[in-house]
Amino acid sequence: MTYRKSFLIFSGILVLLLTLFSTQTLAAFPDKPVNYLLAFDPGGESDITARLQQKALEDVLGVKVIISYKTGGGGASGWSELVRSKPDGYTIAGHNLPHIILQPLQRGNAGYQTEQLQNIYFFESTPNILAVRKDSPFKTVKDLVEYARKNPEAVTIGGSGSFTANHLGTLEFQKITGTKLTYIPFSGSGTALPALLGSNVTALMTYTTMGASYKDQVRILAVAAEKRSPALPDVPTFKELGYDYVEGAYRGVAAPPGTPPEVIKALEKAFDKVMHNPQVIKKMNELAFDIEYIGAEESRKLVEQRTKYYKEMLEELGLVKK
Amino acid sequence: MLEALAQVFLPNNILLMLAGIVGGLIAGALPGFSATMAVALIVPFTFTMNPTSGLITLGAIYMAAIYGGSFSAILINTPGTPSSIGTTFDGYPMAKKGKGWEAIITATVSSVIGGLFGVLVLLFLAPALAKVAVRFGPPEYFWAAIFGLTIIASLASKSLLKGIIGGLFGLVLGMIGIDPVGGDVRFTFGIPQLQSGVALIVALIGFFCIPEVLTMIKEGVKAYDTVGYQKQKGAFLATTREIFRMPGNLLRSSVIGTIIGIIPGAGGNIANLVAYNETVRASKHPEKFGTGIIDGVVATETSNNATVGGGLVPLLTLGIPGTPVDAIIYGALLLQGINPGPELFTTRANITYAFILSLFVATILMMPIGLYMGKMLHGIVSKISLRYLAPSILFLAILGSYAIRNSVFDVAVMLTVGLAGYAVKELGFHPGPITLGLILGPMAEEGLLQAMLMGKALPQPWTIFFNRPFSQVLIALSLISILWPLITKIVKRSSGKEEVYEKY
Repeated sequence: MTYRKSFLIFSGILVLLLTLFSTQTLAAFPDKPVNYLLAFDPGGESDITARLQQKALEDVLGVKVIISYKTGGGGASGWSELVRSKPDGYTIAGHNLPHIILQPLQRGNAGYQTEQLQNIYFFESTPNILAVRKDSPFKTVKDLVEYARKNPEAVTIGGSGSFTANHLGTLEFQKITGTKLTYIPFSGSGTALPALLGSNVTALMTYTTMGASYKDQVRILAVAAEKRSPALPDVPTFKELGYDYVEGAYRGVAAPPGTPPEVIKALEKAFDKVMHNPQVIKKMNELAFDIEYIGAEESRKLVEQRTKYYKEMLEELGLVKK
Repeated sequence: MLEALAQVFLPNNILLMLAGIVGGLIAGALPGFSATMAVALIVPFTFTMNPTSGLITLGAIYMAAIYGGSFSAILINTPGTPSSIGTTFDGYPMAKKGKGWEAIITATVSSVIGGLFGVLVLLFLAPALAKVAVRFGPPEYFWAAIFGLTIIASLASKSLLKGIIGGLFGLVLGMIGIDPVGGDVRFTFGIPQLQSGVALIVALIGFFCIPEVLTMIKEGVKAYDTVGYQKQKGAFLATTREIFRMPGNLLRSSVIGTIIGIIPGAGGNIANLVAYNETVRASKHPEKFGTGIIDGVVATETSNNATVGGGLVPLLTLGIPGTPVDAIIYGALLLQGINPGPELFTTRANITYAFILSLFVATILMMPIGLYMGKMLHGIVSKISLRYLAPSILFLAILGSYAIRNSVFDVAVMLTVGLAGYAVKELGFHPGPITLGLILGPMAEEGLLQAMLMGKALPQPWTIFFNRPFSQVLIALSLISILWPLITKIVKRSSGKEEVYEKY
């Protein structure tokens, strides 16, 4: 073998290897641990979901998934951290509707803008429910509405936070029914519940998950979804009862602005696989989450459509900050 | 019950418990790593265990972390967790006088007693007491916060005026961020990071730790007297005997801790201050508090560990977390496929009783482990040269304030607060009232606004604050608390002991 020949063969192999290697690195997102940032405290719905996904996500991605927390400001701290992170797909964060729409609208500078969050996937929703105590005189939505019409502001509705799905849902429900209710915000779904059990509020506007966890202690009048919730098959929807009221929270993941489309694609696919994992589905069902399969493009559209809706609603109430 | 007990004593469960105690103690002793964080960090590891083992581990960490907070409170004047704020008031002066080891023994024995008391209440009275927990509504939270604020009088040992100013400053600090009811952003000065407010732990590290380090550096000597420290033989027995000479204090603090634990949302951070205050008030020598007597340490450390059992009462019976740590245990239970609430005492009774009994065992095991670790830490802190000690404490302070929310901004807040804390300390302000304002301000505000909304259903909205029995009790307690100095004066005068009183 001449020197020249061997050189050619050698460089050929080298080129081949390099191409193989480089295509592999391109195709091989991710090749190091992915940081899954949460904007809410451990133990809450976002945390529980992330923990359920963690193992399955690691199997699909082939790398470690590290869950970390950056909480405060109703989620705003975590999301402003996300939009400042390196857009390489190695930092993703759980994000929630309607929080990511309402905070920038209502606060002015929330530290991030809704459009900055690159949606990857929305994987679950928790529709609003209207719940009363087991011993409450209100047996149906109609009972409560009729009482509220006669006694403006006397019906108190507890819920999680201000400018949340519970809060805006209550406002929307008032509009539809022509009633005047008093919404009382609590620091979370968990802290609102004792207020109901201790007769400090008439009813709760809360999420399906809470209804399922405490179904022995509360009576759920209706669920604000298009379809009945799989976790609460006996509870009618508001629509069935003649009230055109649909509202709830969505949870998903997002990446920082400027993340390459192929990376978003890879993560979207990974989450799609995770959410089809029978183990994950089983656990999610047990905990009464409604599973959603909303990919990146659809997520973006959902956010756009909901932004328009909430904007109109807040403008009507005079609550938009420029 | 026996089956549950057998579960607890399975070798792997005992091992997990021991590991949990050691881990909890370390986390508790490190400023910035609270019991809440320690439990949250371990939750993912418990998923691979069976529910009983997982709960045993979490329970041991919880109990030990609350106790571990006393180490740094005593040794470096920085509450390791918010539950040990009051332990600095007398624990650190004890250490300064060369009685650090005695202070640690006191904290240990008191923590064990308080812990056991809370668990006993949980075991025998849980269903009955759970009903009390839900009766606590917004008006009660408001009045409870007002009652809490009356404590300022006894925390501000030297000047009541400075105490009140400090308390108001704490209230203002607590307003930064998002309005808890209206949802508006306030006092953030356009800085988005301030939306999350000033975290209590960040403020604690700033107010307690930084001024102490600066004082150490300024004076060039260690703040406490290592020369005067003589290791006495039989210190453990002597101290324990002294603790048991105050059964009133032990019982009162245990009860206070348990009740505050049961109230959802309130935990050791409030309990230890209330217990301290009540002990000062009941004491025959209130003037000695703050100078380094064991009474104060007994009160705070008994009450904070009693909140553990108390906080689990509403969690295990109704599925309502009693303290912030219980909220995390709630999540862990859900993920294990257990629905916290009534079924825990019926279909899942085995797991529940094993958990409760394991807390009992863990509390007892905490004593030897805690004493060993406390001795070690005391040895290190008292022997190490100031040249290394001051920077080490500063390093821990920065690490701890970063770790709470993984936030560099919080470190900046901590340092700012620390410098301000140093300045006001030189002016004679005590950090106690400031942190009290920071803890209770948001609670008072939320309760006030929520109660006013509730009142809309009544013909006279404001009557909601006065027509509820629990509120009335709290109002009475607040009034007694405010008028206490006057009451003692009158009582003393009528019994002819006026001269004694006037000295103070």
